This record gives sequence, structure tokens and C-alpha cells, in this order.
Amino acid sequence: MSLEISSLNVSIADKQILKDFNLTIPKGEVHAIMGPNGTGKSTLAKALAGHPDYTVNKGSALLDGEEIFGLEPDKVARKGLFMAFQYPVEIPGVSIANFIRAAVTARMNKEASDAFSATAYYKALYAKMDELKIPREFTARSVNEGFSGGEKKRCEILQMAMLRPKYAILDETDSGLDIDALRIVAEGVETMRGPDIGIVVITHYQRLLNYIKPDVVHVMYGGRIVKSGGPELALELEARGYGWVEKEFGALV
Amino acid sequence: MSQNETQEEKVPNIDVERDVGNFSYQTTYDYDAGKGLTEATIDYICDVKGEPDWMREFRKKALKVFNDKPIPLGWASEDLKTIDLDRISYYMAKGRPTRSWDEVPEEIKQTFERLGVPEKERAFLAGVEAQFDSESSYSSMKEELFKQGVIFVSSSEGLMKYPEIFRPWFGKVIPIGDNKYSALNSAVFSGGSFIYIPKGVKLKQPLQAYFRINAEEMGQFERTLIIADEGSEMMYMEGCTAPQYETSSLHSAVVELVALKGAKIQYVTVQNWSSNVFNLVTKRGLALEDAEIRWIDCNIGSRLTMKYPAVVLRGERARGEVLSIALAHDGQHQDTGSKMIHAADHTSSNIISKSISIGKGRASYRGMVQMPRHLKHCKNNTECDALLINTNSRTDTYPAITVRGEGNSVQHEASVSKVSEEQIFYMQQRGIPEAEAMSLAVNGFVNDLVREFPMEYSVELRRLIDLEMEGSVG
Ligand SMILES: Nc1ncnc2c1ncn2[C@@H]1O[C@H](COP(=O)(O)OP(=O)(O)OP(=O)(O)O)[C@@H](O)[C@H]1O
Ligand SMILES: [Mg+2]
Repeated sequence: MSLEISSLNVSIADKQILKDFNLTIPKGEVHAIMGPNGTGKSTLAKALAGHPDYTVNKGSALLDGEEIFGLEPDKVARKGLFMAFQYPVEIPGVSIANFIRAAVTARMNKEASDAFSATAYYKALYAKMDELKIPREFTARSVNEGFSGGEKKRCEILQMAMLRPKYAILDETDSGLDIDALRIVAEGVETMRGPDIGIVVITHYQRLLNYIKPDVVHVMYGGRIVKSGGPELALELEARGYGWVEKEFGALV
Repeated sequence: MSQNETQEEKVPNIDVERDVGNFSYQTTYDYDAGKGLTEATIDYICDVKGEPDWMREFRKKALKVFNDKPIPLGWASEDLKTIDLDRISYYMAKGRPTRSWDEVPEEIKQTFERLGVPEKERAFLAGVEAQFDSESSYSSMKEELFKQGVIFVSSSEGLMKYPEIFRPWFGKVIPIGDNKYSALNSAVFSGGSFIYIPKGVKLKQPLQAYFRINAEEMGQFERTLIIADEGSEMMYMEGCTAPQYETSSLHSAVVELVALKGAKIQYVTVQNWSSNVFNLVTKRGLALEDAEIRWIDCNIGSRLTMKYPAVVLRGERARGEVLSIALAHDGQHQDTGSKMIHAADHTSSNIISKSISIGKGRASYRGMVQMPRHLKHCKNNTECDALLINTNSRTDTYPAITVRGEGNSVQHEASVSKVSEEQIFYMQQRGIPEAEAMSLAVNGFVNDLVREFPMEYSVELRRLIDLEMEGSVG
């Protein structure tokens, strides 16, 4: 069981971003992707999620053996792919509670949604919110509207916890978090870690990886993965920056 | 090119699909004034109804005004020209229904189902029953109302049985000549309610048009007069979100409200018309000292709706409010707004308008706030927000605010927003299908206003928005 991405070519506005990109995330593992700005990390996440602006020119993505390219974004999500946005979107007038509820019930068949218990839902929601130290009044606030950067990121993880995806891509979920929040969010992710989920964390900072120990670290450069290794690779990047990557792999790009 | 061809070209949408809209049957009526409008039509109506002479004169005077007034073009739409007044039946009534539930189209039954329209209301809405069977729910309430001296009857019954209360106020808030369509209504009205709430009586339950509605009352020229005597309080609810059994494509209602000293009236409307209906409504309330009038208005569909609920703030410290939601789909034009006429010191008014345009739908807002020079300490707040569902949609705002005088204040805010692709993608990424994502966004947009609606309406309204959005996403 894995999320298997092979020879993926993606362009946006006629500009090719991902070039023969290959990556396999087995269930039960956590992979980190690091790479300089503009190298295509978010492009990878959004293309997998089915964003209409990104054109998949070639390649495939098999989620537990099933092709997800060509499916509507909501279908992909219901198949079990979750993406925590680098820039979460504001939805005025729609409360967090109603939004997550709509997402939860969208995964149910008719009988289950008829039998949906609001009490049980709120109980589960409050429990996760407590874990992530999100004040309960947030349930009534509009999705991401007026949230601080850190609040938005925490709320992304709350949604992930409520939706229990099979594969999750966390796009710079650590950026904008203060030191305590970083630990809380990372702990939240760690609790979800297990044999039934494959996780990709996209990050610029090694610090996050102190809390969420990755099984594999990938270096992305020029629209593809140029080097993979253990957690020590992240430390090396932190110490040396990307200059050496450019020297070593610039020719390939 | 002939006149007709020109019109055809301008209005290509006249036969749009009526998927969630109204529907109609071939029907014969026991009383039918025939097509076209002349003095004879009015005599026919008065004779059938057995109305007193003063009403006959009132109607005939109105007919003259109607004929003399030009069509108000350049105001909302050239579209008004397409109404063929000679082809309209001005009065029809029938004794008993002539069809069965089996004849109701399947998709209408489904829509009732999905909107959760109560069982007992379906047959009536579908035109299968001439009388809404409300006795069970209404009888206990009726007795209660009767004990308190409340009058709640049809306008025809009101003018016949209670002329001493009816006549002094009838046609006073909205005079015959106010506009061409109020004149038309004055000439041929039938149906609508007459309500009188005695001094100091505060009704806890809203009065609903449902309770005494029958086939005639659902007519196209409804006339409603509500008088809330000093210190009384009431709420009236009309319309429903369900598709309506439709008799005609022209609806022209007049609603007059009178809130005497310290009285409070809330008038709630939710209407869902099909795309061939012209809905030209005149609504105005008169608020005396310390009185409060609140219009809560929700308009969905119709080819053209022109509706600008107004409050005349005649007494000191009177308050007026209009909360409105309009939704226009392809081929529909919602021309709505509000008028606040400040006519005493320390009066205040509040207007919140939200419009949603989908596809080629068009929503316009027209506001008028008048505060003459001699007045002191008047306040108005106006907010109008438009939401566009795709790039073809059009929205216009025409605020006309005249503030003179010192110490008066007016605040005006307007916004136009779109449901962005990024919002839809975000919601879809959570597993929510596109249509549902769209209705979440739209519901979010109207959310703060819908909260002001009575509970049962707000639930229905949300369902209706869901249905509308389903149809709008490819
Ligand atoms: N709509 C667009 N039109 C043109 N170029 C775009 C568009 N969206 C993204 N790009 C470009 O695609 C490239 C990859 O962007 P992407 O967001 O995937 O980078 P990233 O690796 O996530 O960077 P960061 O670390 O800064 O988040 C960038 O050069 C960006 O400018
Ligand atoms: Mg990025």
C-alpha cells in the first residue's frame, strides 16, 4: 500500500514545473521534502490534489493502486488524500464546525449521514481541538477568516485529525508557528502517525524534523528529487544550504 | 423588423427550463373575468365579490391612473414592455379543485420532498386542494387571537366586515398613484390579508399567510393591510420556498403596514418564482412615534422582480429596517432595494442587502434615504453586498442618499465579491463536492442575515440555496 508517483510532469501557465518526478510513499512512513523556494513543492501537492490550474502532462499517481489523476479534487480527497495548505483559504460566513462537518458527512453514505450524531461529532471535534490547544470558541468562527498564521496551520491539522486520511501532504505546516505551537502541531501529527497513514512533510527547517522524525528525507531541486537519505540529510542541508545542491545537480536541471 | 421580433431578441430566456421553478395546469374556473382590463372587468370583480360602492369607485379611479401612467422604463428594465396586459386574466376564482395528486409532476413532488415541505402543505401548494388544511394547527391559535381582539381575515372580508378600521388606512400608506403597478393592484386586487392588532397586544407567535390562504388568496394581485395599534407587536410571514402553483406570469402585490405609537411590525417574505414571472411589488410601512417596522425579504428567481420595501418614519424615534436577500439565476433580474423616508427627529433606519448573481443572472440594488433639512439627529446605516458566482454575472448599486440637516448621519458600505476558485478548491480538497462547496460559500455569504429569519424559514432557505447551487454547477 503506497502513494506511488511516477514520471510526473506538471506545468502551470505553460511553464513546466515538475519534470519526470518520481516518489513513493509507503503507508506507515513519514517522508520529508526540502528544497529551495520555487522548486515545485507546492506544485506537487496541488497537482496531486487535482487543482484545476495545474496541468498534468504526463505521469501517474496511484493511491493504493488506483489512479488519482483525472479525478475531481473532492473525489481524490475522499479516496484518502489530504493536503494541509501552505496558504489556507478564508471562507467567510462558514463556521469551522459546519465546514468540518460537511467534510465528514461528505464521506458518509446515506444511512450513515442520516444517522449522523451531532453530539458525537462535537465530542470528537472538541477532543481534537483540546489536543491542538485550539480554543473552543473557534468552532463558531469562519474558516480561516481573520486567523493568525499559526492559527490557520493548527486548524489545517485539526481538519486532518477529523478526516483521518490515508495519505497526507503537509505543505509548510511549520511556517508561521511559534515555538510552542510548533511542538503542539508536531505532537498532533505524531499521534496520527501509524501503519495506516503515509505522510509527506514539506518544510524548510530542520527544526520540525526534531519533533516529527522522518523515515526518509528528500531534496527537491528544479522540479525533481535529486537526493534522498535519512534524517541526517536534513541536518546537512541546514548546515550547508542549497549551494552545494546547485553545484552538484545544477547541470541536471 | 416588427415590434414582436425586437422583443423576442431582447428576451431569449423567456422559456427557460423550470426545473426548480413553478409549474401550472390547464384549469377551468367558476369565476373568470376573462382577459384584458376594462371598466367591465372591474364591475365583474365587484359584483362577484359583492363589494360596496366606495370600493368600486376606488378601483375605477385606480384603473384610470393605471392607464394614464406610462410604463416606468429606464427605471429597471425594458423588459417591462414585454408584459402583454391584454392577455392577462385579472380575476379568476374557483370553487373546488379539479385535479388529483397523481397529476402533479414527479419532479415537483421530489422538490417538495427535498425541501422538506410539510405533508399537509404539499397538496395545497400543488394546487390539488383549494383550501390549505390548516384548521388543526390554526384553530387553537384562532381562538386565542379572537380573545385578544385580533382580526386576521382576507382583505376582501376586511373591507366588508370591518370598514371602520379598514377604510381609514386603506390606500393611505401607498396611494393609488404611487406607481403604475400599485395603481394596477388597486384596480383589480383580490386576496391578501387584513390584520388588526389591538392596543398593547403582543403576539408571540407569527401570523402566517398559510393559515387562511386559499386559491383566490394566492392570486397575482394580492393586497395586504396590517394595522398594529399602539404598543402592540406582531410578526407576519408570507410565501414559502417551495415551488408555487402558478396562475399567471404577472404578480403585482401591494402591502401597507401601519405601526401606531410604540408598535412593532416584522414582515417576513420568502419567495421562489420561476423564470417567467414578473414580480412587481409595492411594500411600504408607516411608523409613528417610537414605532418599529422591519421588512425581512428574500427573493429567489423570477424573470424580473422589482421590490423596494420602504418605511416612512413619521413619528419621533421611529425605527425602520430592511434586511433583504436576492438571488438571480440565468435570465433573471432581481431589482431590489429599499427606501427610508425620515420625516421626524431622532428617527433611525438600517438597510442590509445581499444579492447573489449566478451565471447571466443580474442583481441590482436601489436605495433611497431621505433626510430633509429641518430634521435633527437622524441616522441611517446602509450595507449592500453582492456575490458573483461567475464572470458573466452583473450587479449594480444605485444608492440615492439625500441627507440634509445637521446632526444627521448616514453610513454607506458596499462590496462586491466572488466565490473564488481557490475557495472552491479548498473545500473540494476536504472532500466536499463542487456544488455543495458552492452552496456553503453562498450560505456563508448570507449567513448573518439568514440568522435574522424565523427558524423554519432559515432552514428552508438553506435547503433552497443548496438546490439552486446544484443546478448551477456543471
Ligand atoms: N499561476 C502561476 N503562474 C505562473 N507561475 C506559477 C504559478 N503558480 C506557481 N508558479 C511558479 O511555479 C514555480 C513553483 O512554485 P511552487 O509554489 O510549487 O514552489 P515551492 O517549491 O512550493 O516554493 P516555496 O518554498 O516558496 O513554497 C514557481 O516558480 C512559481 O512562481
Ligand atoms: Mg510552496
